[in-house]
Amino acid sequence: MKRYAYYPGCSLETMAASYHVSAVETANKLGVEFQEIEDWNCCGATPYSNVDELLAQTLCARNLAIAEQNRLDVVAPCSACFKNLYFTNEHLKTDPDLAEHVNFALEADNLHYAGTGAVQHLIHVFVRDVGLDAIKRQVTHPLTGLRVAPYYGCQLVRPRRPDGWDGAGPRFFEDLLAAIGAEPVQFPFRLRCCGASLMITNRRAGLGMLRDLLRGATQAKADLIATTCPLCQMNLECYQADVNREFGTNFSIPVLYFTQLMGVALGIRPKSLGIGKELIQAKPVLACAARKPPAAKAPHGSKVRQP
Amino acid sequence: MWTKPSFSDEISNEMYATGTRGLNCCIQCATCSSACPAVEYMDHTPRRLIGMINAGFRDEVLASNTFWTCASCYACSEHCPKGIHPAELMYVLKRYSIWKNRYQEGLVGPEFSRRFVRTIMKTGKSYEPGYAPAFIFEGGFQGLLREMQMGVKLLRKGRIPLIPSRIKRVENFRRMLSRIVPLEGIA
Repeated sequence: MKRYAYYPGCSLETMAASYHVSAVETANKLGVEFQEIEDWNCCGATPYSNVDELLAQTLCARNLAIAEQNRLDVVAPCSACFKNLYFTNEHLKTDPDLAEHVNFALEADNLHYAGTGAVQHLIHVFVRDVGLDAIKRQVTHPLTGLRVAPYYGCQLVRPRRPDGWDGAGPRFFEDLLAAIGAEPVQFPFRLRCCGASLMITNRRAGLGMLRDLLRGATQAKADLIATTCPLCQMNLECYQADVNREFGTNFSIPVLYFTQLMGVALGIRPKSLGIGKELIQAKPVLACAARKPPAAKAPHGSKVRQP
Repeated sequence: MWTKPSFSDEISNEMYATGTRGLNCCIQCATCSSACPAVEYMDHTPRRLIGMINAGFRDEVLASNTFWTCASCYACSEHCPKGIHPAELMYVLKRYSIWKNRYQEGLVGPEFSRRFVRTIMKTGKSYEPGYAPAFIFEGGFQGLLREMQMGVKLLRKGRIPLIPSRIKRVENFRRMLSRIVPLEGIA
């Protein structure tokens, strides 16, 4: 069983509780164990870097140092948390002066950062460490006929990371959706920003950016949008009504976490995946979950005895 | 002979600390502006802003909404042919304008950032409903009403907690932060 230090992040305790439960359920089903980082703190999101960069790095370093104590690599389901933790780890590993300064602060909480761990996003763990073949083998309820817009967003793939395995034209989200039987649609805005905190700081800009995304997904005839980030989910779903009011549009497209789709395909009950907490009902997915699984094939080589 | 650093020097020095190339190598090709998904909501495009910094237009730069309209999606940084990190530049300008307390009147960004940082310094975790006062006035009474309607819907789905959560070792945490910045006036 693979084990990781799990960093839920603030949103998964509140707005994105269904991401948390679906992540844990799906991981368990696939033989991945999460050990939550003890007494973790906020990663700083973006506002922290607006105020002081060293402070932002120290916040992330505290979480990394706690994870290191258990000699586990960190997994974060939120794209923004992932980006902050990943790049703090990279900066501290390559800049001993910065690490020394941050370690002086960490002493106050009896911690020390050594730079022995790695940081991954949850979708990386599923695609790279578990593997698409292993996932495919466990699918009991393939999402056949479900047209899904794979929305990567920004922080999952940018800035470009030194390990660079997903490059500028990533396909791993499409591949993952195909592995669970869904049909990934051509979604031209898959790497465009959702507007992030502009929804608070500049509503007009935020809504305009959302409109483009929703229009792109609707034009691609997607049944739903799949996300890897709690902020993307909240913006795309909760502000759809505001977009409609502002621009006279008529969007009504469900927005789910990729873990919820995986969970349904793996035969987990929708309720255990937090499905039902949406403002826009996830009807197309529920239809997949309610379908009878295709008759199980007899194991290779065994003969079915005739009565 | 010592001369006072220009505005462009100050920004370039700050950028240097973030590990990107300096603004003086900008060729004004506007790749950043065309990659930016928020450019149409900015007073000046990123390309123009870099030009203004290099030409020393300090007051005009600080008075613009450009950097506070950046959503930090890094599309510009990915495409710059000269290796400049315009998204980092926007962060630098946000910090600079907060330190100097100089920004366009009526912008929500600075107050939101301060509120966010204050919340985390107190509790170690973020709490969404706590930021509401930063922006409710922007949408006026109608906006507030709509925001509340959505809040109630989310509350009924169990997606908004009534009590903010906090980390256990808050005292250590605050001592840790105080080794980086003075906490007086913030927390």
